[in-house]
Amino acid sequence: MRKLQTWLLFLVALFAGWSVPAWSALEIEITQGLESATPIAVARFGRSGSGPAPPESIATIIAADLARSGRFAPLRELPRHPVRKEDVRWSDWRRLRVGSLVIGSIGQTLRGGVREYQVEFRLLDTFSMSQLAGQRFPGVRPDQLRWLAHQISDEIYYALTGEKGAFATRIAYVTETAGQEGEIAYALNVADSDGGNPVVLRTSPDPIMSPAWSPDGRWLAYVSFEGGSSRIMVQELATGRRHEVTAFPGINGAPAFSPDGRRLALTLSRDGSPDIYVLTLESRELRRLTSGPGIDTEPAWSPDGRTLVFTSNRSGGRPQLFRISAAGDGAPERLTFDGRYNARAAFSPDGSRLAFVHESDGEYRIAVMGIGDEKIEVLTNGRLDESPTFAPNGRLILYATTERGRSALAAVSIDGRFRQRLSIDETGVRDPAWSPRLSRR
Amino acid sequence: MYLDADMAELQGNLADVFFAYDESELTDASRESLRMNSDWLQLPYVSATIQVQGHCDERGTVEYNQALGERRARAAYDYLTSLGVPASRLEMVSFGKERPQCTESEESCWQQNRRAHFRITAR
Repeated sequence: MRKLQTWLLFLVALFAGWSVPAWSALEIEITQGLESATPIAVARFGRSGSGPAPPESIATIIAADLARSGRFAPLRELPRHPVRKEDVRWSDWRRLRVGSLVIGSIGQTLRGGVREYQVEFRLLDTFSMSQLAGQRFPGVRPDQLRWLAHQISDEIYYALTGEKGAFATRIAYVTETAGQEGEIAYALNVADSDGGNPVVLRTSPDPIMSPAWSPDGRWLAYVSFEGGSSRIMVQELATGRRHEVTAFPGINGAPAFSPDGRRLALTLSRDGSPDIYVLTLESRELRRLTSGPGIDTEPAWSPDGRTLVFTSNRSGGRPQLFRISAAGDGAPERLTFDGRYNARAAFSPDGSRLAFVHESDGEYRIAVMGIGDEKIEVLTNGRLDESPTFAPNGRLILYATTERGRSALAAVSIDGRFRQRLSIDETGVRDPAWSPRLSRR
Repeated sequence: MYLDADMAELQGNLADVFFAYDESELTDASRESLRMNSDWLQLPYVSATIQVQGHCDERGTVEYNQALGERRARAAYDYLTSLGVPASRLEMVSFGKERPQCTESEESCWQQNRRAHFRITAR
């Protein structure tokens, strides 16, 4: 009977994950785990009150979040599922070498025909038999349950590591789906960091590329080829409202919001060769930052907003990374010397290092380098890895990879030891961009 | 006024030109192809508008390839105009690595994708 209940719960969780109509979610698979990951147990949340089963299993989402961080190994089979602290038999968990246990409950009420949940969790230390964190959340709507689970994961992660989690965040990405005649449909998507709640912001028969988040997480800038040539659009997530930012002849590419959100760095070729420009969004003032006959593109702002790192072949050969003052004064300074091809930098959130695409022996992989260092550390093992983007806590790098001719996303820890794959069947997934921290979804 | 068949024939006669990896320099063979394209485009009864497209292979980053594709398109565009094709009849666009004509992940395929392509957009 207990087995049957477990199965039913599993099925409910499964269908809840599939409940988004007509569009597939990213499936996440951990491809290289860590033996050093800390064991933790997340007990099934007890249900109080009557009513149908909640649409999401909070415990399942929390356990999956913690596993995806690479730092925790949630127990797959729990000997029991205590709900209240008084129910916990501490020695059982200590015997399993589980030092941390998450318990909780979910209740529901109908208020004016609207179902509301009350969720409560506690993080317990089984050795000191004490509570490390805990909170009660009243008035949670059904469509807020997944996000709440991610917020609880962030609380647990912070209590146990002293670092902020990046679970209650979102990712943007572009999908490519081949139609029956071989034509490709492009879509700009946004989902929770675990692939849940996927939303399609825009579909087009023409390429969509290079999504970039505004620092408040409310807008995306991206490149669209609608109408047959490139243009930069910004789109508000909550309303779907879109504005065209630039549509000059030639390239309109590589948009990047400044850390204060008031400016957009971008690539234009309207004056001949592709150069870096900064557009002040309100005044529409456009300032050219680089010049010269070569290619300058892929600008990335340092988190303090004072410098930009960009890709250029100005040294005469293959592309390398350069840095320039955001004020436009001074000559660009070359940053990379190791390898023939170093391109498309992303700053770590603390500004101390760069992730970028590094070519070696014909393989394009994600590498990291400290600012001011010259030593490059290659983190990934694909043939065509690109578009690195840091989690807002700096712990994971999400990127695009190619497997058997299809693009998918992958993530790697910044020490290169933990890996996961995020893919959608029959669909190419590329151009990921991890959101900043979000005050709310 | 031309027949659709004439347009299809003209489209078929406009040869692609190909580039080396991470290069946008025209080769002798490319110049020869462009001279022939120019001759077709300057026939007395032809007034078609042509989109000069720059394309890249799948290696390297999205936006760098956008830039590289544009340099390829521009190299072809500049050569065509130097041969007398009116700039008013040429448009330029880079598709970077977004529109490969061959999708295998190997050099035999990549070399077909590093190209400038000429598409008739208006008669």
